[in-house]
Amino acid sequence: MKKPNLEVALLAAWLCAATLAADDGVFDQYRDLMGDENPAVFVIDEGEEFWLTAQGPNAVTLESCDLGLGPGVTAGAYVRFPRHFADTNAVMDLESRLVYCMTTIQGRDLESVTAKPYSLRGDFGTEIEALVTWLAAESEGATIAPEQAHATERAMYALGKDIFFYRAGPHDFSCATCHEQSDKRIRLQALPDLTSHTGAAGSWGSWPAYRISQGLVRTMGWRLRDCFRQQRWPELQMGSEASIALQTYMAVNAAGGTMTAPGLKR
Amino acid sequence: MKALIAGVNIALTASLAAWTMAADDINAVLQNSFVAKNQATMDRLERDAVQTACSAPRGMLLDNDMLASLRAERLAAVVLPADGEYLGDWQRGAEVAGNGRGLQSSDDPAQPNGGNCYACHQLAPDKVAYGTLGPSLTGYGARGQSEAMLQYTWTKLWDTHAYNLCSHMPRFGAQGILTEQQLKDVMAYLLDPASPVNQAAE
Repeated sequence: MKKPNLEVALLAAWLCAATLAADDGVFDQYRDLMGDENPAVFVIDEGEEFWLTAQGPNAVTLESCDLGLGPGVTAGAYVRFPRHFADTNAVMDLESRLVYCMTTIQGRDLESVTAKPYSLRGDFGTEIEALVTWLAAESEGATIAPEQAHATERAMYALGKDIFFYRAGPHDFSCATCHEQSDKRIRLQALPDLTSHTGAAGSWGSWPAYRISQGLVRTMGWRLRDCFRQQRWPELQMGSEASIALQTYMAVNAAGGTMTAPGLKR
Repeated sequence: MKALIAGVNIALTASLAAWTMAADDINAVLQNSFVAKNQATMDRLERDAVQTACSAPRGMLLDNDMLASLRAERLAAVVLPADGEYLGDWQRGAEVAGNGRGLQSSDDPAQPNGGNCYACHQLAPDKVAYGTLGPSLTGYGARGQSEAMLQYTWTKLWDTHAYNLCSHMPRFGAQGILTEQQLKDVMAYLLDPASPVNQAAE
C-alpha cells in the first residue's frame, strides 16, 4: 500500500486516543471529517495494478479472468457473487474465483496463492484484499443481486442459513447469537441483524471496508473468519463451503440493497 | 430428541438434495471448512444435545416435551458450590465481568478466562461500554440474598438453559469457562451491596 498522507495518520492517532472512552459517535465524526477520503482509495488503485500485472509461470495478467459477466468484465461483477460457475461446477465467492484465475490463467501455485489471504495487524494488505477492494469499487452504487437461478446456488443459501444458526464451541455461539436481533450492540459496537434485509444489505454492501483501528482494508472473508475466532471456533478457511454458504445467505438477504463499499469502519 | 434430530436431518437432506457439490451433511461441510488453530480444536464443532436443539432456525417448530425434558436435564446437572458459600470477592468479580479473553484461538490458555459479562449486560452504572444483548443487571443486588435467590443466580451463571432453554448466554459453569471461585466472585459482584453494580450512578 502507498503511504497515506499525514492528515490520515494524525486522524488515526487522534481516533485511537478518543475511542478509549467514546461511543460510535467518534467514528461518525471521523467519517464526516474524511468525506470521500477513505484510505481504501490507495488499496483500490493497488488492486487494479495487481489485475493488470503479468504474474506466474504463464506471465499473464488477470484480464482474461471471467468473474461471471464474461472474460475481463469487472464493472458490476462483485454484486452477482456468490454464484455458480460452469467451468468449476461450483458456487464460488469472489475470493475463491480470484484464486481460481490465478492458478488456471497465471499458472500460480495454489498453496502459495492461498497461504496468507488476509493480512495480519501491522502488515501491508495482501493481493487478494487489494483485488477484492478494487472489484468492490467497480460495483459501487450497483444493486446487490447474487445469482440464485442455479439449484446449487439455492442449496448454498439453505446451507448458509443452517450454518448461521449452528451453535457450537465452549460458549455455544452461532452467528445468530449476535446477528438475529435488531438494535442490539456488543459493548459499544452496533450489531446488524443479518436475518433482515436492512441489516444484511447494510453489512454486505459496506464490505470490504477500511478498518480504522487496524489501518487495513478487510474483506467479508476476513470478517467471517474473525467472527468465528470470537465464537471460539476453529479457523474458517477462505473459499471453503461454509464461508461461501454464509456469504450466500448474507448476499441473498441483502439483495436489492446498494453496494457502497469500500466502507470505513471502526 | 431423536425426533428432532431426524427432523433436522430430513430438512437438511432435502435442502442439499440438488446440490451435487455438497458433502453429505453439515458436519462434513464444517469439517472441510475449518482448521484447528491453537486451543480452538476441531472437536468444538461437534454439538451436544443443547446445542443441537438450539440450532433450529428462528420460527422452526420444536417438540415441547423434548424441550422440557432437556431443560429438566440441565437443571438436574447443575453443581452448586461444594462448601455452600455462594459469594466471593466482588472486586475480583469485577475483573471477571470485564475480561473478554479466554478460549479464543488468539488467547493465551495459561491466562484465566473472562466472563465478559459487559459484552451483553449493563452492570455498574458508571461503566459505559456495555452491550445490550442481555438485560441490564444494574442494581441486581436489590433482589436480596435469600437461599432461593443465591441458588437461582448461581444456576443462571452455571447453566442458563436450566431455566431458559436456548438462551443466548454461555454456560459458564457447565462448560468449564469459569472456575467455581470465579463464579463466586461474579456472584458477589452482582449481589454484594458494596459492589458498584448496586451503587447509584454518580
